[in-house]
Amino acid sequence: MTFFVARRLLYLLPVLIAVSLLTFSIASLLPGDLAYTILGDQATPENVAALRHDMGLDQPIWWRYLSWLGNVLQGDFGRSFRTGQTVLQAVAERLPVSIELMLLAQLGALGIGVPLAIICAARSGGPFDRFMTGTAFGMLSVPTFLSAILLIYFFAVELRWLPATGYVPFAEDPAANLRFMVLPALTLALAEWPSIMRVLRSDMIATLQEDYISLAKAKGLKTSRILFVHALKPSSLTLVTITGINIGRLIGGAVIVETIFALPGIGRLLIGAILTRDLIILQGVVLLVGAGFVIMNFIVDMLYAVLDPRIRHGHA
Amino acid sequence: MNGNYLLSVEDVVVDLPTPRGNLRAVDHVDLTVGAGRTLGIVGESGCGKTMLSRAVLQLLPKKAKLSGRVMFDGQDLLQLPPEKLRKLRGRSLAVVFQDPMTSLNPVLTIGTQLIETLQEHLELDDAAATRRSVELLAAVGIPAPEQRLAQYPHQLSGGMRQRVAIAIALSCEPKLLIADEPTTALDVTIQAQILDLLAREQRRRHMAMIIITHDLGVVAGRTDEVAVMYAGRVVERAPTPALFKKMRMPYTEALLAALPKLDAAPHTPLPAISGRPPDPTRPLKGCSFSPRCRYAVARCQDEKPALEAAETKAHQFACFHPIEAHADANA
Repeated sequence: MTFFVARRLLYLLPVLIAVSLLTFSIASLLPGDLAYTILGDQATPENVAALRHDMGLDQPIWWRYLSWLGNVLQGDFGRSFRTGQTVLQAVAERLPVSIELMLLAQLGALGIGVPLAIICAARSGGPFDRFMTGTAFGMLSVPTFLSAILLIYFFAVELRWLPATGYVPFAEDPAANLRFMVLPALTLALAEWPSIMRVLRSDMIATLQEDYISLAKAKGLKTSRILFVHALKPSSLTLVTITGINIGRLIGGAVIVETIFALPGIGRLLIGAILTRDLIILQGVVLLVGAGFVIMNFIVDMLYAVLDPRIRHGHA
Repeated sequence: MNGNYLLSVEDVVVDLPTPRGNLRAVDHVDLTVGAGRTLGIVGESGCGKTMLSRAVLQLLPKKAKLSGRVMFDGQDLLQLPPEKLRKLRGRSLAVVFQDPMTSLNPVLTIGTQLIETLQEHLELDDAAATRRSVELLAAVGIPAPEQRLAQYPHQLSGGMRQRVAIAIALSCEPKLLIADEPTTALDVTIQAQILDLLAREQRRRHMAMIIITHDLGVVAGRTDEVAVMYAGRVVERAPTPALFKKMRMPYTEALLAALPKLDAAPHTPLPAISGRPPDPTRPLKGCSFSPRCRYAVARCQDEKPALEAAETKAHQFACFHPIEAHADANA
């Protein structure tokens, strides 16, 4: 097991290096000179040259990459030339919002998707299964911005149960915070439960054909035990994979949902950085988000081993 | 039929809808097993022997249609409410499947799979169930049983896994054990051990047993009675010694001839049964074996012989030209 973890950790290294290279090139290869962006159109060539020298932009690109990477490894991701805030400060400010949104969205999506998948698989081919499979297919093709607007219309405008936009930190007022979070989290959950449901349903149906499920029935076990203990665990590898990808993606912020509901998360930070050409922030945030995604996938790999002893013991 | 039997299968028909039409997997089968007795069901792949066992266990595929009666211990399993059936399965009616590589759950420990059965049917606390599991594993010949409880199936060999499956089947002292090709997936050297284990436990626990196999050699010394199946029907049924002494149905004879013999000269070709079983979605009008039977005459193609008793009531066969008749004709 220790060997397994160590080997997986070793795989992370080249991936993280590739992520940093890509991130750096995005920012460096974009057209337009950063010094002009900062100083504006009216800057004199002397001022631009001086700033370029100060920022190290006159150095060769590989040298700039290495010095940036060196700083990053020491925890210095740079600071915004607009707000003066460091990347880490900006991310630390926004991350709790995105993570809370991500967690609530996953809770919602799994809460809807998993029970439906189990019921559908247990009665596959029946009327409920066909209805839910159709519904899931329909929901899969509803874009987030549409369901967000519909949810705002019903729950905020018509019923006036929940606020349409805004945010209060959890530490300030947990109840108000949750009220602001319900609709955005529900929007994301509505987008994700269909894929969760469809994947788990088809894996479960395959598992229920297995000999060991027949034996579990022949042993006289209760249906609930067969479904939850014997069938769910071996069926959940794909589920864990897509949940991991969803989580990794949402750590990087849900750009559309955060924008519609005016949530100050990572997604808004990124959009802001792009619109104002704040390349230092952009570069730093993309690197952090990319690293988060890679680490999430590492955790998923670990979960495989928890779910399936054959992977743990290096048999599969 | 009367109530002296532990299990009596009466006029059971299993139909499976397939894209090519209805497949009659089991065609009007009658069988009985007395308490503590052993029945062997023999036939080649696709003859319906597994479907018949699944019909008894009520584990048929969802689409399958089942008719007839399966009386077990005085109750018709087909009419039993699901909750009563569940209490019966694993408790008094147990099964060992063909392939121990797939019949144990790969993500649960051996201990979990044993203990859950015990606790489902018997009121045992964790300590008692664990103790009993260790005893069971020891009884089926698994070394170091305490350590096995924490292991997963993939850490055991095929033979060991089948022993675990047998321990699970025996755990609640069932009245009837159905062993569906219990040794087919195992090495030849392990096969005899597993069969001997089953025979020993069957005698010791005084339970009835059905052994399903394609190998007449498996049932030879280990069963009280044998039923030979072909194309979904029972074509010959007799007490084991009677069957081996004087088989009547040409198919049974052909099956026996196809067994390798120890005293045969090296490289003797095995007499195989030529042709294939009939397409089960296109039933024949006459005897199902007639296209492959070397004794078949015109009548065999037009009329289906019924399963009838001959000299002794116990020995039944479905053939117009049982083997003895030919022997007489040739003599």
